[in-house]
Amino acid sequence: MSTLPLSVPTRRRRRSVRHTLDVRVSPYAYVAPFFLLFCAFGLFPLIYTAWVSLHDWTLLSEEHTFVGAKNFQTLLADGYFWNATFNTLSIGVLSTVPQLLLAVWLAHLLNRRLRFQTLLRISMLLPNVTSVVAVVVIFSQLFGRDFGLINWVLSWFGIGNIDWAAGTATSHIALAVMIMWRWTGYNALIFLAAMQAVPRELYEAATLDGASSFTQLRRITIPMIRPTIIFVVIVSTIGAMQIIAEPLLFGQSSGAGGGAASGGPDRQYQTLALFVYEQGFTKFDFGYASAASWLMFLVVVAVAGINFLISRRVKGGTT
Amino acid sequence: MTPRIRRLAVPVLTASLLALATACGSGGGSPATEASAKPGEKIKLSVGLFGDFGFKPLYEEYKKTHPNIEVVEAVTQFNDHHNNLVKRLATNAGAGDVEAVEVGYVSTFTSQPGKFVDLKQYGLDKRQGDYLDWKWQQGLSKDGQQLLGLGTDVGGLAMCYRKDLFKKAGLPSGRTEVSALWPTWEQYIETGKKFGAAKVADAKFVDSPGEIFRAMVNQAPVGLYDAQDKIIVDSNPDVKKAWDLSNQLTQEGLTAKLAAFTPPWNTGFAKGSFATIICPAWMTGFIQEQAKDASGKWDIATVPGGSGNSGGSHLMVPKQSKHPKEAAELIDFLTSKENQAKVFKEEGTFPSIPALYDDPSIQNFTKPFFGDAPIGKIYSDAAKALKPQHLGPKEADVRVAIGNGLGRVEQGKQTPEEAWAQVLQDVQKIR
Repeated sequence: MSTLPLSVPTRRRRRSVRHTLDVRVSPYAYVAPFFLLFCAFGLFPLIYTAWVSLHDWTLLSEEHTFVGAKNFQTLLADGYFWNATFNTLSIGVLSTVPQLLLAVWLAHLLNRRLRFQTLLRISMLLPNVTSVVAVVVIFSQLFGRDFGLINWVLSWFGIGNIDWAAGTATSHIALAVMIMWRWTGYNALIFLAAMQAVPRELYEAATLDGASSFTQLRRITIPMIRPTIIFVVIVSTIGAMQIIAEPLLFGQSSGAGGGAASGGPDRQYQTLALFVYEQGFTKFDFGYASAASWLMFLVVVAVAGINFLISRRVKGGTT
Repeated sequence: MTPRIRRLAVPVLTASLLALATACGSGGGSPATEASAKPGEKIKLSVGLFGDFGFKPLYEEYKKTHPNIEVVEAVTQFNDHHNNLVKRLATNAGAGDVEAVEVGYVSTFTSQPGKFVDLKQYGLDKRQGDYLDWKWQQGLSKDGQQLLGLGTDVGGLAMCYRKDLFKKAGLPSGRTEVSALWPTWEQYIETGKKFGAAKVADAKFVDSPGEIFRAMVNQAPVGLYDAQDKIIVDSNPDVKKAWDLSNQLTQEGLTAKLAAFTPPWNTGFAKGSFATIICPAWMTGFIQEQAKDASGKWDIATVPGGSGNSGGSHLMVPKQSKHPKEAAELIDFLTSKENQAKVFKEEGTFPSIPALYDDPSIQNFTKPFFGDAPIGKIYSDAAKALKPQHLGPKEADVRVAIGNGLGRVEQGKQTPEEAWAQVLQDVQKIR
């Protein structure tokens, strides 16, 4: 844009002011809705939660006494908090790692000329569209101890009745399967989109050189879609750290019993988010729950950061 | 100009739409109306319940005498109902005009008298003479000055059992003989061992120890709290005894390991996975609903260990109600003598009005589902013998902590001693 000569009529100059205003200001107007909403529903709660976490603050009493870092001290010494942290990490690893490997593989399979391409791609998204309540209720029945389908199938191989919800490892596996069911197809589609941007010539050349499909995946596809992998890893990590609906509903629809938000009588599948929910919304101890959610926030940031560093190093095998 | 306007218009419009959407989201309450409604004005009363109270036919009847009042029922699951009520009271928004409160929570709410309408204002203290005294007391504020809730039902205890499974196990199956098997809980466990030894296919003696524990504690003169609202789980020998007996059921392999009120537990009813279940009056309605095909197979015997109360509810009016007068009138109607009798005959929830206990229509009431068991007489006797127990404000939380402990033993994760140590720690954290 060239600068206007000084001798222009005022009318034109006013127009140019408006023009500059438009160019300078309207981008902010575009992004303003997000930031307004973010301030109202993201930033403000974040700061307010920090404020609440410094108080002895329960929903049942009007008095909120300032207690400093006492909630954090209690929390760091609370075995149930660390138990929930362990469960979250365990369920996170069990669900995310196989899920992403499976998603890359699925995307690789779909990244070729196929019949009913669109149908196949859409059907991958279907589990994600299904309501999480329906998914958990149905999977809780599949993983049922006495009349569950999975135990029935396992009984053919002489494996006894597994009480999925009762055991720590078994309940984590059950929950991981539910999470994978919902998110594998979704992630596969994101990978697929990235794969389609990889130049076909690379594959043609590799095929001519006699590279197998798996070698092509390892040496061409994965290095080429690295930014997408990093993105998906971070988003799924954050998602996995915040798992709450699955364990909460699993507790209600499996026969394991325990309090509404205990995650089983031994808290065997209570995740961090469920721990926060238990403290805040069944015990109404908002101060403690706020402190827990702040620590959970730090855990999420830390784990996402570590995964970022790891996935940034992803290269296709030994190049 | 036009494209420029459009460029600006899009974000502005988006922002205003979003703002509008959030405004709608935060509002959503009922339109403000005058505290006392004008005659002839249409009034909608919402009633918040957990589970089916059998009130539906009563609303229809109420409409006949009160044509301007429409009653809307909102039913949520037990835990959610009470947790939501706490939240709604704290935020002063969203509570119904009438809210049901179970006995495990009643003390939680009566200790917040400011959040509820004093029903004396609307003359409901006239009902005191109708009620079991302890049931009446439970609905009063801590200082006894305000009337916050009117009782619906009481959960006098009995023991329901499957005749067919008892026969298979070679045990007597008539209700008098079965009652004679277990005057005490120890004898109940002995009977269970005999049942277990008979190895009836796919059936255990009892569903799970959780509700049995609750019943045993409720039979004691003092339960989880003392009269000063102090938690005495660690020092009350009756609680420890109930704990030991409950775990004995587990350790003898007598439980089906089905936690109460879960879907697999419901399936257990249908499949006949357990032979006995602790049966407060309201449980009979539950069994009938869950074990539809088992009509005639269930029967009712007396409970081991003497009488006790398990469950039962009150109806309360949150102060945020826009129509407290009408809500109080509705409570008066729903808890009236005639209607409590009606609800009992339909749903099995037993009246808290002693004048009914000797009423022939109750005394002679039988249910074909339970092999024509005289449930009117059984539960009248149970209710008459009831000794009230003081319940504390965090009763429900304490019960969850103990229930989790029983669950850990049941799932083989801990020995009873380890589980008890953890229960005591958990209970100590409850404030």
